[in-house]
Amino acid sequence: MISPVKVKKGDAILSIENIRVQFNQRCVLNDVNVQVFPGEFIGLIGPNGAGKSTLFKVILGLLSPIQGSVRVLGRAAKSGDRLIGYVPQKLFLDPNIPLRARDLVALGLDGHRWGIPLPSKVRKKRVDEMLKAVDAYRFADSPVGQLSGGEQQRLLIAQALLTDPQLLLLDEPLSNLDIKSAYEVVNLVSRIGREKGIAVILVAHDMNPLLSVMDRVLYLAEGKAVMGRVEDVFRNDVLSGLYGYPVEVLHVNGRIMVVGGNNSGINGYPLECNCCKSEAAT
Amino acid sequence: MIRFLNLLFAPGFFQNTQVMNALLLGGVVAAISGVVGVFVVIRGQSFVGHAIADFGGAGAAIAVLMGINTLWGFLGFGVLSAAVVELMGDRAREHDLATGIVLSVALGVESLFLYLDTHFTGQAGAPMMILFGSIFLIKPSTVSIVVALTAATTVIIITIYRPLLLCSIDPDLARTRGVPVRIVSLLFIVLLSFVVAEGSFIIGALLSTALLIGPAAAAIRITHKLGLAMLYSAVLGTLAVWIGIVLAYDSFLWPPVRRGWPVSFFVCALILLFYLLTRLREKLPGSGIMMVRRVT
Ligand SMILES: Nc1ncnc2c1ncn2[C@@H]1O[C@H](COP(=O)(O)OP(=O)(O)O)[C@@H](O)[C@H]1O
Ligand SMILES: [Mg+2]
Repeated sequence: MISPVKVKKGDAILSIENIRVQFNQRCVLNDVNVQVFPGEFIGLIGPNGAGKSTLFKVILGLLSPIQGSVRVLGRAAKSGDRLIGYVPQKLFLDPNIPLRARDLVALGLDGHRWGIPLPSKVRKKRVDEMLKAVDAYRFADSPVGQLSGGEQQRLLIAQALLTDPQLLLLDEPLSNLDIKSAYEVVNLVSRIGREKGIAVILVAHDMNPLLSVMDRVLYLAEGKAVMGRVEDVFRNDVLSGLYGYPVEVLHVNGRIMVVGGNNSGINGYPLECNCCKSEAAT
Repeated sequence: MIRFLNLLFAPGFFQNTQVMNALLLGGVVAAISGVVGVFVVIRGQSFVGHAIADFGGAGAAIAVLMGINTLWGFLGFGVLSAAVVELMGDRAREHDLATGIVLSVALGVESLFLYLDTHFTGQAGAPMMILFGSIFLIKPSTVSIVVALTAATTVIIITIYRPLLLCSIDPDLARTRGVPVRIVSLLFIVLLSFVVAEGSFIIGALLSTALLIGPAAAAIRITHKLGLAMLYSAVLGTLAVWIGIVLAYDSFLWPPVRRGWPVSFFVCALILLFYLLTRLREKLPGSGIMMVRRVT
């Protein structure tokens, strides 16, 4: 199942070249290039509908680009690849669903297998270890449906880590969390990523909680992408070029905001961040 | 003790083959409905179960016209409608309006064929039998069909247990793990139509949903463990059917008509009672403490 893959230093874990993705003639991703290296933390930022989730689907092998190539550790992307861990945005669960935190996490180990799970010491030990790693052990036996968004997010991360991935994809894990939980989740993911040498791509509306941890940013807009260090991407000329119209990057109290419209901050509206208002209030 | 048992089980209860058949099949059907029902509740598909039952009822009415076992009618139309619902895809299925229209079409077709039954086959009792069950009219051939269906359902549910759980929690996550989501969902809805057909035969097309989701809804309020919830659900469903049969048999001696009360009435009343008891248990002052203890 898990074929040993040797990662050489300097080899990209994920290599996307000139991909183009279309839905009914409409081009969602156009000539996008991405290279991600082992242990890197990438923030994937962009306005709603920019194609962030679509890019994930392509990496996960659930969607084929009509042009270009996607390689994960040198192999073509395909679904069921255990080298990639996927953390969905949110669970839509009934509060009474008969499922404990540990049961959800265990699905990361063998949820794709046929048959009922047989109790085993090794299985329990691995699940317990992972629960501790994401600081979820204290609610291991609680029903999942009654946990908070942040607690559920930890379980989803634990679940994804149990497949022993080299690349972890998180689709808007912060969007349902309060600011404190959001920072906790970001720090958790970045710590585990560094400890285990896992590359992380985290989708966010608001780049501010990621500023201290991300190595590079991948900014998507209008079907195109730019990738680079934060200070090389969040520049008026770079983002205006991407959007195709003037946008302005504002620095407020160490935070970054991208606004569009004309160049006055008052008439401009934030292009990708919903959380700035609530953040500014704290 | 003997006197109490005599009071509980009216004379002739254990000598009556129809009653024994009813206990056997009722128990088997209630148990498998309980197990599948837990997944139905998790997946929020109780409306789908109901739609399948209504289409199955139309099928059963046609079976009466053709002079064949109504179970075939329930089964044929049930599986067919299940497949259609599944192939309609996610968007259509989540559409409240679509479900409503499908349900009324099913009932309309059902009413037409029930009407034809009463007028062309001379079986005035057919509508009652289809809508409210015929557990005391079990033919030996029915026993073997139900046993085969239940065995198949058990094997398949054990096989798809984990992938089905993953699909029910998040289909996209399941897809990324290489689970064939469409196939697993289709398999499940076919199983669902098997147990709905069996339940419709036992307590009727109108009430099969009660047997499917009632015990499951009660069970998930007693435990947070999936396997245990299925066990409790199966036990509660079986108890409801068995006690219902005993009471229905006893009721031949009861007023007002001394011709017996319908089994379906007792079964549904008991299911409701079980559900209310589990809700009550949650409301009790002590149970909060129990919850906390179990959690920590
Ligand atoms: N399956 C699909 N069929 C048609 N259009 C789609 C589909 N999935 C996404 N889109 C469109 O592609 C665009 C990008 O979507 P998405 O990747 O979900 O954006 P993001 O995650 O950045 O908000 C949107 O305009 C969306 O409407
Ligand atoms: Mg998205």
